Parts: sequence; structure tokens; C-alpha cells
Amino acid sequence: MQIHELSAQELSQKIQSKEVSAAEVAKHFLERAQNLNFKLNAFISFNEEVLKEAEKIDLQIARGNKIGPLAGVPLGVKDMFCTQGIRTTAGSRILENFVPPYDSTVVRKLKEAGAIVLGKLNQDEFAMGSSGETSYFGVCKNPWDLSKTPGGSSGGSAAAQAAGLAALCLGTDTGGSIRQPASFCGVYGIKPTYGRVSRYGIVSYASSLDQAGPVTRTVSDAALALEVISGKDALDMTSSDQSVPEFHKNLNPSLHGKRIAVLKEYENSDGLTPDIVNAYEKAIEFLRGEGATVEQISCPHAIHGVSVYYLVATSEASSNLSRYDGVKYGHRAQFENISSTSLKDFYSSTRGEGFGPEVKRRIMLGTYCLASGYYEAYYKKASQVRRIIRDEFLVALQGFDALVSPVTSTTAFDIGKKISDPVKMYMNDIFTVCTNLAGLPGASVPVGKDRAGLPIGIQVQSLPFCEQSVLDVSYALELAFKNSVGAPHV
Amino acid sequence: MYRGYEAVIGLEVHAQLKTNSKIFSSDPTNFEASDNQNTSPVSVGMPGALPVLNEQAVKLAVITGLALGCSIRTKSVFSRKNYFYPDLPKGYQISQYDEPICEHGHLEIQTETGPKTVRILRAHLEEDAGKSTHHGDFTLINYNRSGIPLLEIVSEPDLRTPAEAADYARTLRQVLQYVESCDGNLEEGSLRCDCNVSVRKAGESKLGTRVEIKNINSFRFIEKAIEYEIERQIDEIEAGRKIIQETRLYDPDKNRTFTMRTKEDAEDYRYFPDPDLLPLVITSSYIHEIRKALPTLPQDRCKVYIQHLGLSDYDAKVLTETRDLADYFEKTAQISQRPKEAANWIMNELLRELKNSSQKLSEIKISPSQLAELIELVEKGVISGKIAKAVFGECWSSGKNPHDIVNAQGLGLISDESALEAVIDRVLSSNEKSVNEYKAGKTKLLGFFVGAIMKETKGQASPEVVNKILSKKLNG
Repeated sequence: MQIHELSAQELSQKIQSKEVSAAEVAKHFLERAQNLNFKLNAFISFNEEVLKEAEKIDLQIARGNKIGPLAGVPLGVKDMFCTQGIRTTAGSRILENFVPPYDSTVVRKLKEAGAIVLGKLNQDEFAMGSSGETSYFGVCKNPWDLSKTPGGSSGGSAAAQAAGLAALCLGTDTGGSIRQPASFCGVYGIKPTYGRVSRYGIVSYASSLDQAGPVTRTVSDAALALEVISGKDALDMTSSDQSVPEFHKNLNPSLHGKRIAVLKEYENSDGLTPDIVNAYEKAIEFLRGEGATVEQISCPHAIHGVSVYYLVATSEASSNLSRYDGVKYGHRAQFENISSTSLKDFYSSTRGEGFGPEVKRRIMLGTYCLASGYYEAYYKKASQVRRIIRDEFLVALQGFDALVSPVTSTTAFDIGKKISDPVKMYMNDIFTVCTNLAGLPGASVPVGKDRAGLPIGIQVQSLPFCEQSVLDVSYALELAFKNSVGAPHV
Repeated sequence: MYRGYEAVIGLEVHAQLKTNSKIFSSDPTNFEASDNQNTSPVSVGMPGALPVLNEQAVKLAVITGLALGCSIRTKSVFSRKNYFYPDLPKGYQISQYDEPICEHGHLEIQTETGPKTVRILRAHLEEDAGKSTHHGDFTLINYNRSGIPLLEIVSEPDLRTPAEAADYARTLRQVLQYVESCDGNLEEGSLRCDCNVSVRKAGESKLGTRVEIKNINSFRFIEKAIEYEIERQIDEIEAGRKIIQETRLYDPDKNRTFTMRTKEDAEDYRYFPDPDLLPLVITSSYIHEIRKALPTLPQDRCKVYIQHLGLSDYDAKVLTETRDLADYFEKTAQISQRPKEAANWIMNELLRELKNSSQKLSEIKISPSQLAELIELVEKGVISGKIAKAVFGECWSSGKNPHDIVNAQGLGLISDESALEAVIDRVLSSNEKSVNEYKAGKTKLLGFFVGAIMKETKGQASPEVVNKILSKKLNG
């Protein structure tokens, strides 16, 4: 077995037992990632210090110092996370040359646990997209089929994890941005409960929906990584002080006596392909077979999820992205005579050049939703419906261990197929947006492949702060279906 | 009343709250820091930086709100006010919109026609922006001020004259300084004032079109700017033109206001609740604790001084000017049990010395208990009023106790009758002619004898004893 085929934990154990050095591991991943990047375009930047940092880990191990559970694990970080001294672009021209002077809390915690940042991963610009195609740095390819998108917005994270370019990856999820690409690329991805993980230092898209989470080869790796990054952060008022369970140690695949819910509103959804229906039914059958009961629940307002999501997310985004104005950092348009340029022209040229079309579309949508005279009908109404959706999910899920559903209607689609039709692209999110609107934890577990050989994921959700239930059910599915997915040949 | 018109004025005062760190980050707030020294990813709006609310700012807002008689919302919400400007690093200001922390207060001011209550609509927390300075063909921005906590205090349009508006601003500053929520320094910009002014025909109940005058940095300018603006608006109406709703700036050099922006260019701020900050929840027990610890306010102290301590309106007003001075007075009055004398000493001697030495009250050497001691020495007849002034001077410069000064320099009054009798005899025998004239009826010579005796005793003779012996000797 090659180094890049191991799980993050197996890798760290080998490093800690000095079977292999962190430096060798870092070198292997760096070479592999750099060699394959021209094919996959999964990385936007690499950490120039990665080998030095790996040597430091080796030194600590050699000295017998106490070392974190992820010692020497090469980490792929979505370019939404600020990394001190490493360019952080959010996939946008406007941050093309932005080098943060600080680490996001999530990256800091993973570094403290011994992980080494290998590089920064490609993504849709400001996480706005479901295919990776809105990135200023070009589309990332799906390692299972280079003509397909890896999904988005955390497309680089899922592709890099699937292709073994990094041992552990980080993504962010605002409306499905971890789960959908994880499903398209056949890897595991979990979005925690809103508030479980600090958002400090993560480029904001939609503050009330954004959450960070791991994209991993195994459920066990995700459990460990989630445990490391979770918890109250004094720098993020929306982070929760709920105690963090030992997700990894507690991991238990037993399904006996578990109550699993399926959502009525997700049944017979438009455009759901037969292969996905088939994989989903097989998963349900398996859960029943292992002693779980499966019951249907209903959240009638869930059908408005996509509309509500695009009103709330774009409203918040229109405000969050105002700081990118060319004044303090980031891209600034060139002017022949800047002293005679009006402030308005300064802004419109800078932002006009710095943002791509999808980001502009969402800023305009959000600006419109918040405008006086429209606020009540759009933002406020959407917030009210969001509240109803949340309440419906919280009530309906009482007493259940998990809610199981498809992640997407289709498997990975062709690059260029949906990019010209935003509404079609947005409808891609129907199974994933309610998780964020309700603040629930949710994951995508690979359970099979379609007739074209592309991976299919199943979504597992639960009540707020019940990540353990999500992980446990995911673990059971992983043990049952792992072999029917495998890894892509790149 | 102006040419048959009435002015309607409301003030929006931005007070910088006296916290050690900024409202949403741990950056320091000291004024003298070098450019952009007091910044962090949060205060310059870097990607992913998030606001964390400073509890001290909340506390000062509650203190101020209570001092202004406001009701405090147990749940208030921070909203984003969206607009682009280079010194606004995030492209939005975090402020409070429809659910402010303080509402429905009032402030009593003294006007020419007696006391007047000005209603306060609301007081809300927000962050300050940075500061742009323009240098010909370039502009520099200092973000030290970005994120300094502000309390915006909005009055109802209850003011009717420029003088009332200035009085309101002065009284408001006094309250802020009393509760120590703001240092009230207009030059440093820790207190800034926007005035809303409209005029209407006398007797008209409908409000005229309102004009806002922004960022006036002195009380005198508040008065002059409003004065100018009232006349300008009346001129416009009299000339048959309409008042345009707009924002104007006041130019103190030219003493006029000019258009900054009209309503047509007014921005839509697209307020919405800031998703990075949870609603601010304050318990009623927290409010109760703060209310208990509130200092007594100048207006209330004034009333006590006049009604219970017997001071004049003027003295009471001067003594309550600042909390330090009022505290000093109250301590002196309490220790000496002689409020009137304490007031006299402070009003005459202490304030004069303070002014001459340009010191702050907190820096002076003479303490309230020393001043009280001095008052007692006079009242008990140990020293004369004249000597007491000299002792005060000594105490002011050295900080020594008045008692010690009197003893060390032998300044105590001579009340020993036999000792004084000898002096008096000496004075009378060397002024035989005058004694005869006195006895012949020229009684106003008594003052002459007293003066001569005082001169002999270097002012230390007890006037009481001198009078007694003199009258015995001259009239007996």
C-alpha cells in the first residue's frame, strides 16, 4: 500500500512510530500533488515551508516530545481558510495576492494537533457555486472522470482527497459545499452543527450558514479531525460552548434499535436519477437489515429550502463581500490618473475586475433583497420561512438518530453543462440546503457508483450537536459499502 | 421666535465610550497612539475576521442610558449599516437599528425661561469609522479610530432655540462626564454633534422640512450653525422657495452652512441584523446592579445644595459643574459640617488657585479634610479669616495640615485677656489725643484703635476679646 492510500490516522501512527518520517511523507504528497495538479487543478497554492515544518515534527518525535494525534499529516486546506503567510484567495481574483497575517482558528487547531499545511485547494469563487467552475483559477477536475466537475464549492478538497493528493482536507459548507463534492468524488465529508466549529479566519460567504468541516478518506479520520477543530472560540461569538464529545473514541457502527427518518418531501424529487434512487434504496434496506427502524417524517416547508437559501445567503454575501474594495488589500484596478478618479469609479473598476460573474450575480441579488422597499418581501420573509423550516426539522427529528436521504439528484455532471443556467445549478442543492438553514449536522457517505462508474453518496443528518449519531450511522454505511466505491485511478 | 417663525431642533450626539479596548476587538483605544498602531484583522476588516462584543462598552451604554432616564432593552440587536467609504473597512458599520439598547429617556436643561425637559428618543451602540486625511493628490487613512465604541444619543425635536440646543449639548456632556462614560473632549472628537433643524410658521403644528448639519465640534458652533441655518431657511421660505431635505456642513470661518449631500444622493443603507453577533441579552438584575451604583447627577445635586444646604443657585451650579468638584465640595462640607463656608472657600480661593495654576482638581495638594480643618480653625476662633487665607496659600503649595502650619508659625489668635490688655494699654496711651476725641463722641475712631491693636499683634488678636476690653476701657 502506498503512503497516499493510507488514512490520516494510519499515516500519523507510522510517522509517530518512526516507520516513516514526516519529511518523507510531506515530500511524497508534495511531489504527487504537484505532478497531478496540471491534470486536476485541485491546488491553487502550495506551502513553500511544508518540508521544513515536517522536519520540525520529526525533530519533536525524535526528542520524544508530546505530539498531537495528527502529527505529520499533510493537510489540504480549502482556500477560504486564512493561513498565516500562505496566500489565501477564496478562488477570487480580488484576493489573488492576499497573504493573511493570521491563521483561521480551524487551521491553528489542526496545526496544534500536528497537521502540516500542504497547500491551498481550489474552490468556487467565494464558495459560490456547485461545480468548481466559478473559480478564478480555473475549474478543478473530477479524478474519477476528468471531463466531469468535482462538485462545489469545496471541489478541490474532495478531488484532492479522492486522488490522494493530501491525507486530510478541509472544506466549508454553506448550502452543501462539503457534502455535494464529497458525493461526486466518493469521499466522506461532514458539515457540523452551526456553531460547533469557529468561523474565525474563514472568508465569510453567508455568516449564518457557513460551517467548516473535514473531507476525509474514512469516517474515523473525520471523527478525529472534527474533534480537533470543534469547540467554543473566544474570537467567534456564534461558536457554541457545548462540550465536544470524543467523536473518534465513541465511534460505534451498531444500528440495532436505531431510529432512522426519511423525509417525505425528498421522495420522488424531480430529476433524481434511477442509479441514485437505487443506491439510496439499497442503503435503506441495509439499515433495516441491521436492526434499524426506518420511518417517514414530513417537513412541509422544506420544499422552499432552495428559494430561502438563495435569498438569505445572497443577502448576507452582498454585505460580507463589501470589504473587498481595493483600499486595504487585494486586487485594485489600475488607473492612469488615480488622483482624478472618482471614488465611485475606483470601486466599480476594482470590484468589476476583481469579482467573477457568479459572485456579481449573487451580490446584486442580495443587494436587491436588502434594499428598502424589498427587505420585507425578500430578506425578512425568507428569514421567517427559514425559522419555520428549522422548527419543522427540530420537531420532526425528535427521537430519531438520523435522517437519511440522497445528497444530489445526479452524479458528477459534465464541466460546462450547467454553468450557463444558474437556476438549474441552484436546484442542485435541494437535498443539502435545509441542513444549513436549520443548522443541523450533515454528512455525505460514499455507498456506490452509477452505471458510468461515478461515485454516489448518501446524506446522513441529525439534530443539532448530534454529530456522534451522524458519524455512527456513517460508519455503519462505510463498513458496508466501502468496497463498492474504492478509489479513482489518476 | 424668528420673524414669525418657530425653529424645531433635535440633536444627535455621538459619544465615544471610555473603554480600554475597542467595541468588537481587543485593540487599545488610546488617542495618542501612532497611525494605525491600534489595529488588528478585525478593525481593518480582513477576510474572516469576526466581531466580539466588548462587555465594558455595553456596561457604559447601560450606565449612560440609566443616567438619561432611558428604559434599557433586555434584548437589543446589532445591525449592519451598509455603505462604501474608504475609512469604513468592512463596507458596513455595525450599529443598532430597530432594537437599540436604550430608549425613551429625558434630560432636564436650564433655559432663560426656567427648566425644560428634552425627551431622548434612543441611545444606541455602534462602532466608529477610521479617519481619512486628504493631502492634495492622495489620501491617507488611519484606522486607529475604527471600532472605537460610540453611543449615539438622539433627542426628540424638542429644542426651540440655538441657545437651548447648546445648553442641551452642554448638559448632556456633563452627564456623560459624571457617569464617566465619555471624556467629553470635543477637540479630540470624543463628542460629536449633528443638528437637525427645521422651521415652521408660528402656531403651525406640522413640522417643516428638516436639514441635518453634521459634525459640529464646539458648543459655540452649535449655536452659531443653528442660528445661521434658521435664518437661511426663513429666507428661503420668504423668497418663495422650498427647503430641500439635505445634509449640510458648517464652516466656522465663514459662519455659514453649505450643502454636503441632498436626499437624492442619500444612500439606502440596507440595514439587516448582523449574523456575526448574537442578539445582546441583558438581565434585569444586571440593570438593577448598575442603577444602584449610579452616581448622583448634577441636576439632583444642584437641588440638594439649594434646598438643603442653603447655597445660591449660582454657587450650586458652579459647584456641580464637574463630578470631581461636586465630590470635593461634598466631602469638605460633610467633614466640616459647614456647607456654606465650604462653598465660599471653594468658590473663591480654590477655584482661583486652580485657574491660576491650570492644574486639575485631582492633582492639587490640599485635600477636602484639610480644607475642612481650615474652616474649623476659623470657626473656633483659633485664627482670623485673614490669616486663614494665608494658611490656605501655604497649604495649597505645601500640602501641610493647616493645624501644623498655624502651630509652626505661631499664627493662633491671642485670646489671653491680660496679654491683650497690655497691648491695648500701650496703644491707648500712645494715642491719648484720639482717646479724648473718642470720649468726646467721635465713636467711629473705634476702628482705628482695633486696627492699631491688630497691627501690633500681627493680626493675631482675637477680635472678640479686643472688642470686649476696648469697650470696657473706653466706655467704662
